[in-house]
Parts: sequence; C-alpha cells; structure tokens
Amino acid sequence: MNENTDALLKLPTGIEGFDHLTMGGLPKGRTCLISGSSGSGKTILGMEFLYRGMIRYGRKGVFVSMEERTSDIMRNVRRMGWDLQALVKSGHLRLLDAGPEPIPIEESGAYDLSGLLVRIEHAVEQTGAELLVLDSIGSLFDQFTNAAVVRREIFRIIDALRNMGITAMLTAERLDEYGRISRHGVEEFVSDTVIILRNVLKEEKCRRTVQVLKMRGDTHYKGEYPFTINAPIGISILPLSARELKQSSSTARISFGNQVLDQMAGGGLFRDSIFLVSGPTGGGKTLLATTFAAEGCRRGEKVLLLAYEESHAQLLRNAQSWGLDFQKWEEDGLLRVICQYPESMGLEDHLLLIQREIESFRPRRLIMDSVSAMERVGHVRFFREFVIGLTSFAKQEEVCSLFTSTTPKLSGGDSITEAHISTITDAILLLRYVEINGILRRGVAVIKMRGSQHDKQIREFTIDDQGLHIGKPFTNVQNIILGIPSATLPSEVEQLGAMFEE
Amino acid sequence: MTTQERFVLKLFVTGHTPRSERAIQNLRRICEKELEGHYEMVVIDILEQPEAAEEEKILATPTLIKALPLPLRRIIGDLTDQEKVLLGLDLLPSPMNPERIS
Repeated sequence: MNENTDALLKLPTGIEGFDHLTMGGLPKGRTCLISGSSGSGKTILGMEFLYRGMIRYGRKGVFVSMEERTSDIMRNVRRMGWDLQALVKSGHLRLLDAGPEPIPIEESGAYDLSGLLVRIEHAVEQTGAELLVLDSIGSLFDQFTNAAVVRREIFRIIDALRNMGITAMLTAERLDEYGRISRHGVEEFVSDTVIILRNVLKEEKCRRTVQVLKMRGDTHYKGEYPFTINAPIGISILPLSARELKQSSSTARISFGNQVLDQMAGGGLFRDSIFLVSGPTGGGKTLLATTFAAEGCRRGEKVLLLAYEESHAQLLRNAQSWGLDFQKWEEDGLLRVICQYPESMGLEDHLLLIQREIESFRPRRLIMDSVSAMERVGHVRFFREFVIGLTSFAKQEEVCSLFTSTTPKLSGGDSITEAHISTITDAILLLRYVEINGILRRGVAVIKMRGSQHDKQIREFTIDDQGLHIGKPFTNVQNIILGIPSATLPSEVEQLGAMFEE
Repeated sequence: MTTQERFVLKLFVTGHTPRSERAIQNLRRICEKELEGHYEMVVIDILEQPEAAEEEKILATPTLIKALPLPLRRIIGDLTDQEKVLLGLDLLPSPMNPERIS
C-alpha cells in the first residue's frame, strides 16, 4: 500500500468539524483506521459517517458490526434521532451482523475469513454502497485463535474494499489512551489514515478528543481536538485553534450604551470586537453588561445574554431596578437570556450550546456574565481552548461580545481569565475600587482598544437607580490599577480640592 | 460411540478450492465412519449462495454447522483434526458434556 504519490481525493463526511480537521474529509476509496479505547465513540463515529453520507449526500453504505448486534445499534442510535430502519428500507443502508455466535466454535484445520469477505462483497454489490464501516476488527482476534490468519484476512478485506472503490472506516480498540495505536497492531495494514479517539478523565471531567495521527500524502490539522456527542447533531468536533483567524475587522462602531464610555473607547466598540470587563465582585460588571444589552435592544439589535452567576428572575429584577424592561424585550424576540450553572456540563458542551444559540438566534451582541465562572469547570488548558473557540466563533459571526471577569481581589490583581484571554480580546475595560481617605469609590479605565485610540485616564464610576454614570478622571491618585491607591499631595485639604479636575 | 440420532450437517465452503475439497472429503470420511446411515450432509458454496452465508452469519470458511441434533455446533477449518471434529459434533466426551461418554 505504498505506491501512492498522487494527492488523494477527499470525500466529505458531513460530520461537524470532521471535514475541517481532515481538510476535506476522508481519502476517497481508501480505508482509514479509527482507533480508540472502549467507550471513546468509535461506533457512533462510524455510524454517523454512514448516516451523514446517506442523509446529506445520498450515498449508500454497509455497516458490518462485529461486536454489537445490529438490532442494538439501531436502538442505540435512535436516541440521536437517526432512523436507521428507514434507511435500511429505502435501500441506502445494509447492516451485517458479524458478531460472535453464542454457540461454541471448534477449530479443526486451516480456515480463512472468506465468509465475511463474500458477505461484504455481496452487500456492497446489492446496495451499490460507496461507504463501509467495519466495527470493530479487534473482535475478530477474539473470535479466532489464529492471529496470523486474522491479520492476513483483514489485509485481504481492505484490499478488496479498495478494488471496489469503497471509502471505509475500520475501528480498532486500544488499551491505553496514550500508548500503542491499537491492540493488535492493525495500523500497519491501514497506513493511509489513522484517527485516534480518546475519552480522558482529567480533574473529574471526561473529555473526548479526536486526533488525526496521519493522513498519507495530505495535510491535516494536528493535535487533539475536543468533541461532543449530542442528539440530534451527533458528533461535533470543535476546531478551536484550527479555526482561521480571518478577522474581517469591521470598522463600523456600535455604542456601548453610555456616551462617556463610547468616548473613552475612541468612539464606540467595533462591531466584531471582543470586549472584556474586569472587576471585583460588586464592581458594576453586571450593570455594565446590562447597559450594553439594553443599548442593543433599544436599537432593535438582537442580544444573547448568557448568565452563569445569576438566575433569570434575578437578572430581570436587576434590570428592572435600573428602569430596563428585559421581560418586554424578551417577549419581542430581541433578547434571549440563558441562565446556566457552569458546572451543569463540560466546557465543550457549553461551547457547543453557545455556538448553536448564536447560529439559531443570530444576535448582534453577546454577553457572557461571567466568563471567569467557567474557570471552575475544567482544566486551565481547556478553559483557554474554550475561550479561543468562543471568541473566534463570535468574531466569525460578527457578534460584538462583552465578557465579564471577576477579579479575586477587591483592588488591583488579575485572574486566570485575564491571563488567558486578555491577548484574545480587542478591548479591555477595568473596574476597580479606589480607596481614598477611607471612602470606597469606583474607578473605570480602558486599558486596551485594538485598532483605535482610547482614553488613558481613570475615571470615577458611580451607580444609582438610573444606572451607571461616568464622571471626571481621578487626578493625583496613583496605583489605582496596580494595587493600593495612594495620594501624592501633602495636604489633605489640597488633595480633596484637587481630587477632580474642574 | 454409536448413537442412532439423525445428524444434519451443513458445510459452508468458498468455491472449489483445494481447501474446500479437503474439508468435504474429511467430513465425508468421518461421517461414514461414525454416523453411517443416519446423517445428512449438505455442502453450500457461498460464492453461489451468498444469502446462505448471510443467513447463517458465516465468517470463516470452511464452516461446518451441526443443525441436528441440538444443540447447534460450529466447527471451522478444513476438518483435518479429526478429534476436534468429533468433539465439536459431541461425539467425543468433553468436559462440557461428560454424560455423553457412553
């Protein structure tokens, strides 16, 4: 199997994210190996490869099941909403039961697996199949004692599939998540393409990933990419960093909902920008987010609000207290509020859910309050991937996004969130407590505004029942951002007098 | 070793290969010797009858299925190991069914 030098044609699979990861799909007319530990999603991937091929491209396929009974498979995928029965009836799908027989088998003398091969060829011929899945070949090694024969026969089956021009997936088990590619070394036969599925438990969270280990003669994305399995979408691979950073870099600006803030940001936010609001607890982040949302609704723009720290009722009540009728906007279909516990699901699932919401609701503004709440859900690395995935998706969809982040300390300080996402965001707004002469005041500053000038001053920020107000810059006070503010003037009287510029 | 139960044996082969022929000959010889007069042997070439292979879920060939008497048994290979065949047909004592010794 090494005579190929020409670039292989790729067959798109229609599985979400898979064609992106493989840069076009599976090599056409070839067999690829899907290796993974028990429960890593091999059967589902194989089945979805057939299902999408049939539903989306009208292809026909054969599923050879060597482990589960075909009736069990049909039942199992029904929860995904896939009606295999109908596809069997319409002649698109053929399921071959090639599992071990429940009766004892004696071996006497030489044999081969022509029976299996004949059945496969027969099924392909009858259906006119282009696709085939063999799940899983490891079972053959358990059924037959002569491993050398099994190996040779697998090779023969792959060869036959290739002669028939079938694009196939072969699944194989592996024992460790990071060890030998497959249990029986079958990858030697299928050297064109090897894909590894993993289901790793890390910090009490299960995480599924897919990795294209090799794809001969062609490029693909390397590394592990998380994926989820959900009804009715099936497998969904999150391309994350594989997503191209092709920012359209809109120059259109949108209002923050506060004139002074717009001015501070050099005239408003860019339409496709990601904006981070960082501040301590009670610092006014939620109010800022609410103001931003209200401005969108007022202008007839759709707003998606994701709340991870407050309930729906609380949010509505807060907005009400600032004279904003969120309920009405919700009824008008301008505002969509989703409240969720960060811990309710994994980061991949959160990301997937947000992407779905953006795709279906098509908001112009997105608010996530707070993104730092997500730190609790998974490992720091996964958190970073989550943020990258989210921001690149929001950018691609040209959704102006506001993320809030809670700093652990009341004054100064930074958080994991900021360390990981400050480089990704286009603008950062800091909210900080300022203690001056025993009184806590709030300060606000724009510290980053990509592609634009911005106000470098730190201004006072107050909250009343009208909402937020931004006042004059603090003068003669240092270290507001960096830590404990201190005054520089000797006399207290002078200092008070000069605290605000005229 | 003799029993008067009627044996129905189905032998699945793939084409007229030397291996297929060997299996047929081996089976015939064993049957003549052990089951004379009370067996029925059917040879099925799955190249000609792929549906039959599908129906019986044949993976390996040659495969011998003992359809009767129950319980069902399967033996794969060209049947050169006579002991294994007899064991598979429940014609030899095995740890699984010691009561068939006599």
